[in-house]
This record gives sequence, C-alpha cells and structure tokens, in this order.
Amino acid sequence: MLARPPEPAIAFDAIRVDLGGKTILTDITLDVKPGEFICVMGPSGCGKTTLLRVVAGLVQASAGKLSLFGKPVQGPSRKVSVVFQDYGRALLPWRDAAGNVALALEAAGMPRAEQRPLIETLLAKVGLKDHAHKFPGQLSGGMQQRLQIARCLAQDPEILLMDEPFGALDAMTRQQLQDEVLALAAERNTTVFFVTHDLEEALYLGDRVVALLPNPGRLARIVDVPLARPRNQLATREHPDFLAMRRDLFDMMHETH
Amino acid sequence: MRLAKAAALPLLLIVGAELWFRGPGAGSESLAAPSAAFAAIVEALGDGTLVTATRQTLTAALGGLAIGASAGLVLGFLIGLSKTAIALSTPSVELFRPIPSVALIPLAMLVFGFGYGFEMSIVAFATFWPCLILAQAAASQIEPRLMEVSRVIGLSSTQRLFKIVLPAAMPRIFVALRLAAGFALVVAVTVEIAANPQGLGYMLMIAQQSLRPELMLGSLIWIGLIGWGVNAGLNALQGRLFRHQQVAGGKP
Repeated sequence: MLARPPEPAIAFDAIRVDLGGKTILTDITLDVKPGEFICVMGPSGCGKTTLLRVVAGLVQASAGKLSLFGKPVQGPSRKVSVVFQDYGRALLPWRDAAGNVALALEAAGMPRAEQRPLIETLLAKVGLKDHAHKFPGQLSGGMQQRLQIARCLAQDPEILLMDEPFGALDAMTRQQLQDEVLALAAERNTTVFFVTHDLEEALYLGDRVVALLPNPGRLARIVDVPLARPRNQLATREHPDFLAMRRDLFDMMHETH
Repeated sequence: MRLAKAAALPLLLIVGAELWFRGPGAGSESLAAPSAAFAAIVEALGDGTLVTATRQTLTAALGGLAIGASAGLVLGFLIGLSKTAIALSTPSVELFRPIPSVALIPLAMLVFGFGYGFEMSIVAFATFWPCLILAQAAASQIEPRLMEVSRVIGLSSTQRLFKIVLPAAMPRIFVALRLAAGFALVVAVTVEIAANPQGLGYMLMIAQQSLRPELMLGSLIWIGLIGWGVNAGLNALQGRLFRHQQVAGGKP
C-alpha cells in the first residue's frame, strides 16, 4: 500500500468569500504543508487579510471548503493563533506584559501556579524578560508586537497567522523581528501563514510565496523560494536567486495590474 | 510661577472689589465686600450652621447619586451589550430624558414631603439618564479588535465579560460617574433653593431674605469650593485607577 501523504495543515478548496454583496476572494485553492512558512502578498484590496481571517475562523467562506489538518473549520480554535498588525489595539492596556500573556493561559483554564513559570519562559523567548511588569503603553512598538507574539505562543498554536505584523515598525526593528519569528517557527515547527504587502519580506521569510491580485482577489502565482536557511538579512537579500525572484514577481504584479 | 500667574486675576478682582465696597460701594444692600463675606463664612463655620448645611447637602447629593448612578450605570451597561436592547430602549430613553429634573419638584414633594427622600429622588432622576447613556456607549463601543482577540484566544462568554468588556468599559464608566457627581451637587442645591428647607441652598435663601449679602456671597463661594473639591478628588482617583488607559479613546 502506498503511504498516505500527511494531511495539509491548511487546505483551501475553491474558497470564495463575498462580503456586503461584493466578491472579495474567488477560487482560492491551495495546500499548506505542516511546518511550512507561507507568505501571502499582494496589493491592498486583494483580499489577503480576508483570506487570513477565513483561516482564523473570523470570516466564513461563502463557498468552497477549508480544512485544518483534515478537519473542516467551524470557527476560531485555540490551535490557531493570530498576530494582528495593530498591536496597540490587540493588547489589553490595563494588564501588564505578564498579564497579557496570562490571558491566553486563562482561556485554556490553566491554574495560576502553573502559569507563572510558563509566562517567564515565553517573555524571555521574545526578549521581554525584564519588562514583565510594564504595561503596553510603556513599551515601544517593537516590544508590544513581541508581547503579542508571546501571547500567541502561549496558546501553543499549530498554526500561526500573522497579518502584516511588522507593517507599522521601523526598518531595523522589522528585520530583527523577521529573524526572531523565523527562529521561533523553526524551533517549534509551527505552520506560519504570513500576510504582507512587502514583496521582499515575503521572499525573505517564506518557503513559498503566494501572490494575489485584486478585483476580485484571486491567486496569481505560487512561487517556491528555495533559498538556504537559516536566512541572513544581508546574504539572503543579496543572493542572485533572491534578486531574480524579486524582479520576476515585481514585473508580474505590475503587468497584470 | 505658574501658581502666581493663575492666582493673579482672581486676586486682582478681590482687591478691586474690596476697594470698591470700602469706597463708593459702601452701604450696598445687595452686595458685600470680600472681607465681609469671608468673615461671615468663618462665623457660620464657628457656630456650626455651615457644617450642618454642608452635611445635609452632601448627604442628599451623594445618596441621590448612589441610587441614580448605580441604577443608570448597571442598566446602561447591560443595554449596551445588546444591539436589540439598544434599539428597544432608545425611544423610551429619549422620551423621558429631556424632562428637566427640577420639573419633578412638585411631584416629588407630594410623594415624599420635605426632607432627604424628596431631594434624593430628584438627584437620582437627574443623574440616572447621563449614567445610562454613557454606560451604554461604553459597553457598545469596545475596541472591536479586543473582541476578536477574545474569540481567537478562546475566552468563554463569561471570561470575555469579566476579562475584556468590563475592564475596557471601566474608564468611560468612571467619566460618567464624574459628570453625574457634578450634576448631583447642582441639582441638590437647586432643590434646596426652590423648595426643600435644608442644606446650603436653603442657607443661601435665608441669607438673601434676611438681607445679609455677605453671608449669601460667602455661602456661594463655599459651594463653589465644595464642587471644585469633589471634582478634583474624582479626577485624581481617575488618574490613579486608569493610569495605563487612555480615557478619551484613540491611540494608547
């Protein structure tokens, strides 16, 4: 007998999404392998965030089927966590860093005594060890986004959805966080579904890049990114293959637009 | 330096008024010199009448506020949680809310007679509506992103209420309470001036009727000080309780 291939982590099967009488996404068919880092990019209005919200269970597909590890999606699940772009709104301003991470553990019903060591580990992992008792308003943008990532990791997700998580950060912080997320995902073998409008970011991070085109949002191209890991902000970005793929995708986005 | 600048204008006015009433304005039967008003208020403090009147007014204002605000805040918060409840209640709220609270003086007097019940009922009515409306807004305008976070993270609906909705609404609810506290004092004194024979408002009326403008002006300033004190206290409390939260909304 043939060995069955493992169930895809995320399987989109002819997904269509209509919102307010308008078709936002149409005919999206795509399999994401377990442990894969997949980047979805495209111009604004191409429905990339909507696609992420479908996976999160926040938006229901109007047609087609979506399954996670072979199970159809019924709504939000603790196995899937989301890092939102607007960290300032996604964190609870009245709880300190440790309290924000604790929220995910409280949702899972973990006893308080068990929470403390785990929170410490998670905050240390994102470099916020010494900031456990600071409130979000006292942290920089990069630190707030790290805190949100720590809260997502506290959910111990199988799938991590990231919606333009670094879009509002400065270039330096952004590159730092890109590398941290790559390291975290590799360490935990988490499947990452990363939405961005930045072509270079998509190529730098992804195992594959999915390019969408707008009106209505549809798949334009799926590109394999066979660049060596671990990636390096200088070497990877200067690699001839990186540059060739960048040019290729750039031209494609502009021709068909 | 800042304090000196802030105090410059009031001090100038006081000195000017003092000079006027010692010179051309001496013998006025409707107004009095600041020094006379000050002396009158010290005297009233000494013989206990001011303390009694202050206690009566504050008791009525705070008692009425406790009833009106707690009912308004709880009901408003609950209504704000449901779009259906908002739609069902808004027409009735808009019907009753515009009734001026002091227009209820004759009715409340008939029902309760003179005294605390009478005054508190009017204060409660006056503070109920702003609390209801502001608490409803606080509950219905919670950052949508936080509600999404609570869904994605898997909070139960009870957890969502106590861990997200209530704490998120708290700063605005406190603002409602602060506004209502201001109303409560104004309405209590108004009721005393218009009808209820007790408290600071009544003291003002007696001073006026017995042609003692200095006591009247002194009491007026005293009432102003109390209002300022209540507001400053609540402001400080708000700053302490919600120092990590932006109260007016916007970017944290």
